[in-house]
Amino acid sequence: MHLLSSVQMARFVAQGSLRFDGVVPAELNEIAVAALTAGVPHLPYGTPVEQAFPAGSFVRRLIDLPVIAGALHSLVGPGPTVDHHWLHVREPHGGEAQDLHADAIIDVRKEAFDVQLMYYPQEVTLEMGGTLSVPGSHLRRTNESDTGRYQNLRGQTRLVCPAGTVVLLHHGIWHGGRRNDSGRPRYMFKIRFNPTVRQVRLWNTGDLADPAVAAELSTTFPWYENATGRLEILNRVKLWRALTGDDTFDIEYWATRVANEPRRVAIAAS
Amino acid sequence: MTTTVRQQVLVLYLATSALDSPVIGWSSYDGTGRTKPTTGDSDEPPYETGVAALIDGWRLFQAAQLIPPYPGHEHEVSFLKHEFLFERLTPTGG
Repeated sequence: MHLLSSVQMARFVAQGSLRFDGVVPAELNEIAVAALTAGVPHLPYGTPVEQAFPAGSFVRRLIDLPVIAGALHSLVGPGPTVDHHWLHVREPHGGEAQDLHADAIIDVRKEAFDVQLMYYPQEVTLEMGGTLSVPGSHLRRTNESDTGRYQNLRGQTRLVCPAGTVVLLHHGIWHGGRRNDSGRPRYMFKIRFNPTVRQVRLWNTGDLADPAVAAELSTTFPWYENATGRLEILNRVKLWRALTGDDTFDIEYWATRVANEPRRVAIAAS
Repeated sequence: MTTTVRQQVLVLYLATSALDSPVIGWSSYDGTGRTKPTTGDSDEPPYETGVAALIDGWRLFQAAQLIPPYPGHEHEVSFLKHEFLFERLTPTGG
């Protein structure tokens, strides 16, 4: 299994997503639209993956690709359940851009997180309205489309990708389908996975001490306000501590400094 | 001949509470109906700072208040804090 490295996990914690360009082979991409538009059976919320997508089915072949299976295992662990799935279609020269939103409702879990898989079976050009997403927005506590007033943020991602691209997203990421200004329909298949185990050290931790881990976790984004950007780093430190089980991890002393409340009483000078 | 004006609204999100700090986010709404700005339609902001919008003729009509964080939630992150709303009144003919 192709597990993620610590550096990749840190990138996910900082950015709220991991992108795998063109990892799905052409033979699957070529049958994807037909397979997905024919309909993937509706599932009760919380169906185990093995029951949701039987062996040999199109979706199972997709998520069993070693790079995808390894990334999902690293993020949500073994035996996740399927929250729901949906085929999103942006019609040619039609539709409106979605308001910037996070899926479901405001989610205040401190350690656990869901992962959403977005699969693009065809090449997506800028005109086709690839998904808009905002790197580093996943730890913001906002409710669904209350962010709809934000049309554009510096450093946003307007997805342009080759066929067979998969993006894995933290459930909190701000995103939206863009208007399709091209003459071709644009397809995106989404699956939301829920963990069933504690999400601790589920990846290949051999590089945990690599300085690149802290460098990834320190990434800042052009849309961050100066002051709140510091809080973003603090919140990543908290999530990294939960994921690694290491409650001493810190960056730039942000978490340690504000937790320092000594209890030791100094002996008074005589 | 009568001239009718319509309101165009520009929303700028700035890096700090200072009006001359850099633009980090932007939105616009066009009361003339001539354009239809929407989500994810541009990667480049219309102005580099809030003051640059003033210099170009936009009138500031609302600035976000500075509100202390709720006790116990000081480290949480949520909406953008430094939101400035501008308007421009544009003639639309009779």
